[in-house]
Amino acid sequence: MAGSTPASLTAEPQGVGAAAAKPGGKPARFSPGREAWRRFRRHRLAVASSFVLGFIVLAVLLGPLVWRVPINEIDFAAKLQGPSWAHPLGTDDLGQDVLARLLYGGRISLAVGLAAMLVACIVGVLIGAIAGMSRGSVDAVLMWLADLFLSLPALPLLLLIIYLFRDSLKNLFGPEGGVFVMIVVVIGGLRWMQVARLVRAQILSIREKEFIEAARALGASPIRQVVRHILPNALGPVIVAGTIDVAAAIIAESTLSFLGLGFPPDIPTWGRVLFDAKDTLDIAPHWALFAGGAIFLSVLTINFIGDGLRDALDPRRVL
Amino acid sequence: MSRQYVIRRILLMIPSIFGISVILYTVLALAPGDPFGELAQNPAIPPEVAAALRAKFGLDDPVWMRYWHWLLAMVQGDWGFSFASRIDVDTLILQRLPTTLMVIGLAQLLAIAIALPVGVLAGTRPYSIFDQVANTLAFVGFSLPTFFTGLLLILVFSVQLDWLPMVYRADLTATGGQWYWEQFKQSIMPVTVLGLFQGASLVRYVRSAVLDVVRLDYITTARSKGIGERAVIVRHVVRTALIPVVTLVALQMPIVFGGALVTEQIFRVPGIGSLLISAMLSNDTPVVMAVTFVLSCLVVFFNFIADILYGWLDPRISYR
Repeated sequence: MAGSTPASLTAEPQGVGAAAAKPGGKPARFSPGREAWRRFRRHRLAVASSFVLGFIVLAVLLGPLVWRVPINEIDFAAKLQGPSWAHPLGTDDLGQDVLARLLYGGRISLAVGLAAMLVACIVGVLIGAIAGMSRGSVDAVLMWLADLFLSLPALPLLLLIIYLFRDSLKNLFGPEGGVFVMIVVVIGGLRWMQVARLVRAQILSIREKEFIEAARALGASPIRQVVRHILPNALGPVIVAGTIDVAAAIIAESTLSFLGLGFPPDIPTWGRVLFDAKDTLDIAPHWALFAGGAIFLSVLTINFIGDGLRDALDPRRVL
Repeated sequence: MSRQYVIRRILLMIPSIFGISVILYTVLALAPGDPFGELAQNPAIPPEVAAALRAKFGLDDPVWMRYWHWLLAMVQGDWGFSFASRIDVDTLILQRLPTTLMVIGLAQLLAIAIALPVGVLAGTRPYSIFDQVANTLAFVGFSLPTFFTGLLLILVFSVQLDWLPMVYRADLTATGGQWYWEQFKQSIMPVTVLGLFQGASLVRYVRSAVLDVVRLDYITTARSKGIGERAVIVRHVVRTALIPVVTLVALQMPIVFGGALVTEQIFRVPGIGSLLISAMLSNDTPVVMAVTFVLSCLVVFFNFIADILYGWLDPRISYR
């Protein structure tokens, strides 16, 4: 009975296996990709979230091409206005168009999320693979390091690093690039532990399977064993963890910007807009609400998609 | 629970704290400039005085020696003084710490008070309407960043309804019962923001812990003995399911401290988190280093508590 509980309760529990069994009693066979898609589709909120997130990404990518209002056009006559035809999401305290700023800033917020996830996954897979393949002291040291990093309070450390390195990176890469590189590296560098542990656990179990033994017997080098045979089979949980990491990185970046320690004021990431908007909450609540709503919606949809992927990619789950 | 186990765990904290101090100091040492050497670089000070100052503070020593001096000073309780307010860092932190710990503690209590009943109900009736609603709300709860919830609460309860004060004040003038009432009123929003966020992620853990326990054989045995469903849940299921949850509450401390930083900033709670932010904005390196170190130590300490509780609650754990 232990394995028969559907993975996620937002997925429909009834009709389990209905799609898999064709009339006539013969179970249909699907390729792994189609099987994953079938499982993902069951999670209605995840499917809906994919559409919403896709819309946000499209809007952020193509929006500035369509909505051609400059993000830094200052117009004091129109400051702190609510939504109108000229400014669908209103204006901020300098009369700048909030919609244009959110569209532009969204690119950076989402890019930070994706890039930080990539950093976390690459570092995590590397360390996890090394730890998993090398038994003994290397494994022990790397896992001790992961535990140590897990017990670091991430946000204070993030703030500390940014506080200490902000100026020099600004000189190196320019104000935008420097902050971007730093935030991505630091957020990614503080989130690799989960992926590393997952990869290590997967490797430890997969490397004892017969097909790896076969590969080893055929003379595959350890690197080839990992890259060609083990990692593809360990990918599911990493994808899920990576999805959740995107959401976490977006929140981390917004938090930094919200504390006034992230991107400079001329780069309106969503957190930065919220930081600017919080002082006029009583007169112009729309400003903060739209920026916060954008963060919330992106993070929520990414989390739901991650939940759906968990259902889709874990073959041990009965669904 | 043997005394040996506790002692071993206490001794294990030392390498962790040591590792954290190395990481923190490495970050500081890698940073460009002399964060501690601001005084020595002042152009109004003649070069020989600057050189003497540098020698006095040991700025030209190799990194490991500077680290050793720093560590020794930290251990001996000499944490330096704040550049900004000219107060000893340790007094500054001791002033601020109780407020933070109170807000965090109350928030955790609120989180448990929400997550426990909701998670148990959801776990004992998996895939019911209640379960699905609770799960969706939990997702919404931990997808809402604390800074946004904080602003929303301010917008509704301070700006629109004018029920609660927008800003937390440490210098309440009221006395007696009035003081407690005001204190209560201004604590509601920071505690709620943190508590809801924590509660949302805790609900899912409680639910899955309950789900794991409910299908064990001893629960079936308890039911078949004719014990009422309510008693089975409360006396048998929840007691076992709580073991991983208790540990999680302690292990989530790093996240809680991060959340506390944000809420303190929004509501201007004079805690250790807002101290950190204001120290960063005013380039007050000694305070920044000390606060980060204290926060890290608190996290290690709560991990220790988690281990101890785990060993105490779950006799299946072997104490090695």
